[in-house]
Amino acid sequence: MIDEVEDRRNQSHYNRRVNIYKQQQQHLPLEPYTHTYTVCTADLNHFVDPTNTSMALAFDEYGRPFIILREQESKSRLRGIDAQKANIAAGVAVSRILRTSLGPKGMDKMLQSPDGDITITNDGATILEQMDVDNQIGKLMVELSRSQDYEIGDGTTGVVVMAGALLEQAEKLLERGIHPIRVAEGFEISSRIAVDHLEKIAHKFDFSATNIEPLVQTCMTTLSSKIVNRCKRSLAEIAVKSVMAVADLERKDVNLDLIKVEGKVGGKLEDTELIYGIIVDKDMSHPQMPKQIEDAKIAILTCPFEPPKPKTKHKVDIDTVEKFQTLRKQEQKYFDDMVQKCKDVGATLVICQWGFDDEANHLLMHRNLPAVRWVGGVELELIAIATGGRIVPRFQELTPEKLGKAGLVREKAFGTTKDRMLYIEHCANSKAVTVFIRGGNKMMIEETKRSIHDALCVARNLIRNNSIVYGGGAAEISCSIAVEAAADKYPGVEQYAIRAFADALDSVPMALAENSGLSPIETLSAVKAQQIKENNHCCGIDCNDTGTNDMREQNVFETLIGKQQQILLATQVVKMILKIDDVISPSEY
Amino acid sequence: MAVEKLFKDEATEEKGERARMASFVGAMAIADLVKTTLGPKGMDKILQSTGRGHSVTVTNDGATILKSLHIDNPAAKVLIDISKVQDDEVGDGTTSVVVLAGELLREAEKLVGSKIHPMTIISGYRMASDCARKALLDRVKDNKDNAEKFRSDLMRIAMTTLSSKILSQDKEHFAKLAVDAVMRLKGSTNLESIQIIKKAGGSLKDSFLDEGFILDKKIGLGQPKRIENANILVANTAMDTDKVKIYGARVRVDSMAKVAQIEGAEKEKMREKVQKIIGHGINCFVNRQLIYNFPEELFADAGILAIEHADFDGIERLALVTGGEIASTFDNPESVKLGHCKLIEEIMIGEDKLIHFSGVEMGQACTIVLRGASFHVLDEAERSLHDALCVLSQTVNDSRVLLGGGWPEMVMAKAVDELARKTPGKKSHAIEAFSRALIAIPTTIADNAGLDSAELVAQLRAEHHKEESNAGIDVITGSVGDMSALGISEAFKVKQAVLLSATEAAEMILRVDEIITCAPRKREDRM
Repeated sequence: MIDEVEDRRNQSHYNRRVNIYKQQQQHLPLEPYTHTYTVCTADLNHFVDPTNTSMALAFDEYGRPFIILREQESKSRLRGIDAQKANIAAGVAVSRILRTSLGPKGMDKMLQSPDGDITITNDGATILEQMDVDNQIGKLMVELSRSQDYEIGDGTTGVVVMAGALLEQAEKLLERGIHPIRVAEGFEISSRIAVDHLEKIAHKFDFSATNIEPLVQTCMTTLSSKIVNRCKRSLAEIAVKSVMAVADLERKDVNLDLIKVEGKVGGKLEDTELIYGIIVDKDMSHPQMPKQIEDAKIAILTCPFEPPKPKTKHKVDIDTVEKFQTLRKQEQKYFDDMVQKCKDVGATLVICQWGFDDEANHLLMHRNLPAVRWVGGVELELIAIATGGRIVPRFQELTPEKLGKAGLVREKAFGTTKDRMLYIEHCANSKAVTVFIRGGNKMMIEETKRSIHDALCVARNLIRNNSIVYGGGAAEISCSIAVEAAADKYPGVEQYAIRAFADALDSVPMALAENSGLSPIETLSAVKAQQIKENNHCCGIDCNDTGTNDMREQNVFETLIGKQQQILLATQVVKMILKIDDVISPSEY
Repeated sequence: MAVEKLFKDEATEEKGERARMASFVGAMAIADLVKTTLGPKGMDKILQSTGRGHSVTVTNDGATILKSLHIDNPAAKVLIDISKVQDDEVGDGTTSVVVLAGELLREAEKLVGSKIHPMTIISGYRMASDCARKALLDRVKDNKDNAEKFRSDLMRIAMTTLSSKILSQDKEHFAKLAVDAVMRLKGSTNLESIQIIKKAGGSLKDSFLDEGFILDKKIGLGQPKRIENANILVANTAMDTDKVKIYGARVRVDSMAKVAQIEGAEKEKMREKVQKIIGHGINCFVNRQLIYNFPEELFADAGILAIEHADFDGIERLALVTGGEIASTFDNPESVKLGHCKLIEEIMIGEDKLIHFSGVEMGQACTIVLRGASFHVLDEAERSLHDALCVLSQTVNDSRVLLGGGWPEMVMAKAVDELARKTPGKKSHAIEAFSRALIAIPTTIADNAGLDSAELVAQLRAEHHKEESNAGIDVITGSVGDMSALGISEAFKVKQAVLLSATEAAEMILRVDEIITCAPRKREDRM
């Protein structure tokens, strides 16, 4: 064992340490430490691996080696500048995947899930979520995009591209020997400058319940990058109208839960419609119930049309014929009572969360009381909101006031298969709407759902805060100019980081130009020069080849909070990545 | 520094050109696979399942072929999906939609090769598909108001659809069956009420449409085999021992005597129930659930025909034809609607006994009995008939009709070609490519029929250059003929769906520049 150590003595720069080790050994009694030697040699074997330079092998004051990290040899480890570089490379790799999806001419990604299902999408958050990323930093980027999705709902691709650009810039600075913390601080300062600048160039724009045109324009900007841009106008209108329908303009709040997005394959995208009411993917419980009910009074029940099942354990023993018969009568009466109660309060439609017994079903049919069963909890709530009814958990509590009202309830059949849906329209309270999407295939419907979701979020954000900035990279270029100008005022190393930040901001318009088939550097510098010369922060990249690069004329808007959030989130993640200087991961078996 | 590993093990990533190549190749492979089944002289495929028994299906139906394929290529899956949707929506044109999408992608591949950006191709395709749709709309015929002409339109459509299937020998016969059946629906698209019963034996020609309703069940022993002026109660109720439904109830007795008593009470209960049912004044009782021996005996005693275990669809259909309601409680005999029919009798088809309800009140439902030499033939016949029924029922709602035999494609191609000439910019290449893809369909039809496609298509194009031409490919004589004289028609709705879904699918695949395949989920080996 010792021989082995000696053999290696001359091999490399471990020499010194091994020598020390040997010296120390000489002072030590050999016997009691045999065990430690084994461990130690194992570690020394590990030393030979050139990727692991300084390992967690330490010596106490007597020179006995001890172990800091358990199972050292089974872990791979990166430290210092290598760790940072590896992390940056991973982050950049993720952002590069998304880079081509940016903008109106961005491409889609096709993702095959572990079960073989196909998703085709342009939405950054969805791509990353389904990508099966294994790298830790990659996962951070996924989180980043997800949080943008939760917070804002749009700009999920942009935020990742931005973070990737910042990381690329940071790498260059690190190579020049600037400490990562200083870089991080510089980025922090510049993100603040950029956010303040955005505030300055933002426009308030007016809209009201009657004038929704500006909102539609903004939603169209969002939709133009998706596959649905063929009918972006009509979809944008649908999104804005539905948001306006549920919006609380005084509190400036929108509860997106009130908007249900439902899809069905078949038909074409143009058939997508907004329904002031609810669609439920269910049909009447009995095939012979009426398919259309006008002025429906709806009882919304969460109790099954079945004999009660008390939660306490009990037994009803039948030991005589009389008991058997009374029980039977009771059972019949029970069903009868349930239906009668619904009838008594004046309900003309029963919507129930649970199932019906065959007998109850027939009784309902018999008493001319149409019913729908197995309606999901979320849908039930929406129906209750829309019709102004209350969800009733027990038959005893059913009163006329608790019934919901709807002008028209109808069943509609689709296609050649037995596919029916229930429309509940003209509700008492129109504060719940449904966007009903049609499309050629499943993937199209899913992608449209995601796009509509983005558009809804944008409309909501505008109602919360009606400030907008100009899209097409105009806001980024303007920020870049502002940050660049501010950089010169900062003494110290941060100045470099701030300049780098300005360069990173340029990468978003650059990617836009690239994806649109324009020569990126030429276009960008021209636009930048124009912005400075004309002092006009509305100049952006003309992706659609319309001949003007004034985004005000092209009606390309983005929300202020969305943009601000993008910059802040991207900076935060980059800071976090820069601060990591040690990556310890268990190696593969 | 290269990133060692971004994805999990086995996850793969294909970028840019490679990704595009992968999807083009996959999509075209699928299109080429079903290509040979297109048209009246298209060939069939044998599908052998990997499941137990290696059951064999012989089919010409695009959707059926594609459904049974196990495909790993993502782009190919998109095509399979559109074919499925086409099947659900309009029922026919499942092969054409895949072939068209494949041709669009084949053309797109050439354009990408000559350095045109996919986005430009997409915008060209979009313009072209709009233009093509308009061209079709201009030339549709609508005979909704003229009942006689409309019927002949339907006949023609049915014959055109059936001519590419196994039923082509007897297409006139089957077209008549299908049209009759659909006309009975009176505008409803609910094909559930048309029942198709397959019985091996006889020849395809022996298939017939029955105005009544046929239930594939036997009549209980000792019960009448023939009832005239039947009153039918359609029910869904338990006719075995009626369980006490109150939760937690159980029978607990302390002596044998009591068991006997309870059993007696149970029997009494059943007897009462049967009495109540009989009290409706019926002479036929059809139940969805089982009828046990005891109640069956009671029914037999009362001279009532009792049919047990009719499946759910059967019950619904029966309720629909006879006009009765599906009952589960029997306390108010006066208000339960009973079904009626003139005659119930047991009939024999081949060797099987079936129950035949004739002279039913509601004329909507009907039954088509298919006869044929083997199960494969019957299965394929059913699929073909289903296609025809779907198309017809859609046409009844949207009565616009086009000519067939490659005529619509040529009309569209001509309009699209004109658009290409007017459009400036790179898009025009894409528009031109679209028209080439459209022409590929008549070309394929001609190729499959073993004709000289180049010659025929050229003739066809020349013919279409004249205004208002009705020229199409006449596969039977192998020349260009007048489609309206030959009576070959297709439904507008089908053609429109083919055009739109194929363009949409091609667009979707074209937009992709990266394919990320996740590691397949690990499955536990149970084999």
